[in-house]
Amino acid sequence: MKRLLLALLFVSSAALAVPAPETLPDPAQEARARSLQKEFRCLVCQGESIDESGAPLAADLRRLIREHIRKGESDAEIKDYLVARYGDFILMDPPFQADTYALWLLPFGVLALAGAIGTVVVLRARKRATAVSHR
Amino acid sequence: MTGELGQLALCLALALAVVQAGAGLMGARSANAAAVASGAALGMFVFVALSFGALVYGFVTSDFSIADVANNSHTLKPLLYKITGVWGNHEGSMLLWVLVLSVYGAGMALLRRGGERLTAAALGVQGLLAVAFILFILLTSNPFLRLDPMPFEGAGLNPLLQDPGLAFHPPTLYTGYVGLSATFAYAAAAMIAGEVNRAWANAARPFMLIAWIALTLGIAGGSWWAYYDLGWGGFWFWDPVENASLMPWLVATALLHSALATERTGAFRVWTLLLSIMAFSLSLIGTFLVRSGVITSVHAFASDPKRGVFILLILSVAILGALTLFAWRAPKLESGTSFEPASRETTLLINNVFLVTALAVVFFGTLYPILLAAFDVKLSVGAPYFEVFFAPIFIALMIVLPFGPRLSWRRGDLRGAFRTLLPALGVAVVTAVVVLAVTAPRSLVGAGAFAVAGWVIGASGVDLVQRFRAKTLNIAAMAAILAHAGLGIALMGVAGTNLWRSEALELLGPGEIMTIAGYDLRFEGVRIVEGPNYRAAHADIDVIKDGRVLGRLAPERRAYPAEGQETVQTAIRTTGFEDLYVALGDDRGQGRWTLRAYVNPLAPFIWFGAAVMALGGLASLWGRVRAIFFAREAEPAVA
Repeated sequence: MKRLLLALLFVSSAALAVPAPETLPDPAQEARARSLQKEFRCLVCQGESIDESGAPLAADLRRLIREHIRKGESDAEIKDYLVARYGDFILMDPPFQADTYALWLLPFGVLALAGAIGTVVVLRARKRATAVSHR
Repeated sequence: MTGELGQLALCLALALAVVQAGAGLMGARSANAAAVASGAALGMFVFVALSFGALVYGFVTSDFSIADVANNSHTLKPLLYKITGVWGNHEGSMLLWVLVLSVYGAGMALLRRGGERLTAAALGVQGLLAVAFILFILLTSNPFLRLDPMPFEGAGLNPLLQDPGLAFHPPTLYTGYVGLSATFAYAAAAMIAGEVNRAWANAARPFMLIAWIALTLGIAGGSWWAYYDLGWGGFWFWDPVENASLMPWLVATALLHSALATERTGAFRVWTLLLSIMAFSLSLIGTFLVRSGVITSVHAFASDPKRGVFILLILSVAILGALTLFAWRAPKLESGTSFEPASRETTLLINNVFLVTALAVVFFGTLYPILLAAFDVKLSVGAPYFEVFFAPIFIALMIVLPFGPRLSWRRGDLRGAFRTLLPALGVAVVTAVVVLAVTAPRSLVGAGAFAVAGWVIGASGVDLVQRFRAKTLNIAAMAAILAHAGLGIALMGVAGTNLWRSEALELLGPGEIMTIAGYDLRFEGVRIVEGPNYRAAHADIDVIKDGRVLGRLAPERRAYPAEGQETVQTAIRTTGFEDLYVALGDDRGQGRWTLRAYVNPLAPFIWFGAAVMALGGLASLWGRVRAIFFAREAEPAVA
């Protein structure tokens, strides 16, 4: 076990020693990578995208995204790849699908309901106001 | 010894809380019992304060025979963090919660707002809450448990919490959370005493205002702390814990507005009651989310299922009890007020519709993943979900907002209001044009957001000038002017940072330069600096603009040997309009380090705006306090 850990330590420090920073030479491709990495969650931290996270896993994912961009894959292909590998949890924004219909539609429901109740209240108050002024 | 004294004091406080609850609830009938409840409330405050003092003493003197101190403190910690460490852990923070609760109880007993019967019943409800939470502490989270043998050294405090922010953030936020218990108690008392009229809303108002001001400052302070401490340049992450504090704030804001109408014209009586119940219920739900371990974060100090179940029990009894009372009383209340569609009442109602929708978004977004996790579906709801809803809701709210203060109660003059608001419309248009002209990349959304901010701030300006000229600029009007302008300022900050932030990540060796948004950052290298209880990699970076050295930024990475953790210490240079923000990344060998830099345009406006909003609340509170102490008869009904 200890030897394994030691080996891992060397591997990771070797990876860190690679001087290339995580950027693509082509500015357009780099911009795509930057916007893509805002959409994926850092799986080991809470509430951060891999764009914001300092965790090693997030750095690996940032590098992975750049490799796929360099290979010429589209944003959708990269997204599908990551979801297939890590599940929906990796998406910052939940997809619109059967188990999230409620999540996406409930705010509209509340707005409609609150708006409807509010309208009724205002109409009733007006009715009383007219009744008072006609008396 | 102090540990035992602290525990004894807490037990005595529990006994007094029982007396307060019993006498208070009977006090709706007898004046004697009301006096007893008041006395018990004051006594409970004294004993809780003694108990809290004993725990502080244990932390300051590093008494490691107390388990809570041994687990969360260290002799080498600076004094400030020994004291703030008292609430930097689960047990101590719950004791702080109860301390704040007892302070409000004492305040209610001393002020006796709304008469003997209402005060007694409100103290009774508060007493019940105190009983529940003191029992929670004694049974599941006792901070005074002893350790035998006593350890030689303490385990230390999470380094992320070793920050001046810990002195300010939790006490302020608790003042807000727990302050809503006073509003809740008055609402329940009004229903128990059968006096659901304008008096209770008036009685609860000062407490409601204190809670709202504290929540505003607590949330903004927490956001600022996250901004400078976490090193990603962001100020709000829609993390469940942040959301837990945002929910009571949204409801408290709705409540402040709805209660205005209730107090002034008796309108929305039932709704104001319900909001009072909801506001404190969400405080309890927030406490549950944070303290139960349902979510993991830097705020959730320890997760013990027993605690979660206990808080869930308190929460269910409190919410269900209040709602039962509500269901029993509400139908008997006739909602007999009348007003025209063009009136201040309608604008307050629109305010509430939007705020409740915003609440629903945060509520569903926060709880949905927790709910689905019960069915083994792992799903995350992140910033994009919340933002896509929040942006339109708040923009719509702020478009309507300026009309509120310009319309009279019952029947307002919509056309007249619009006419007086024309200068504000002018400000909005000019702002939008200027934003389109000077910013890159050009953003229609940005121009729209700034137009709305200009509209709201302009309307506050119009109010100020007009009322000053007409000599009607009272403290209540000033409160609305400030609070609304503050919201506009904060919107500019949020839009500015989100739309025009620049960021750069580079690997630099000594003497190398990176460029970001017109700044040249010259990396002078990293040296090791010893702190009181940490060792820091301290970077020196010269900030150069137009060939002139403006100053030096010194971000750090600190290693805390006692806790075995590392933290990032960012360095920020602000002009008041723009933040240059630098965080030190990792060591890549041969003196080369990664550096992250951000330029956040208008970021300071976010917190400045929140402070102005709180100032508005303070103005309103001052109006009330003045009325209570200097002119008991002529209390203004609006503020």
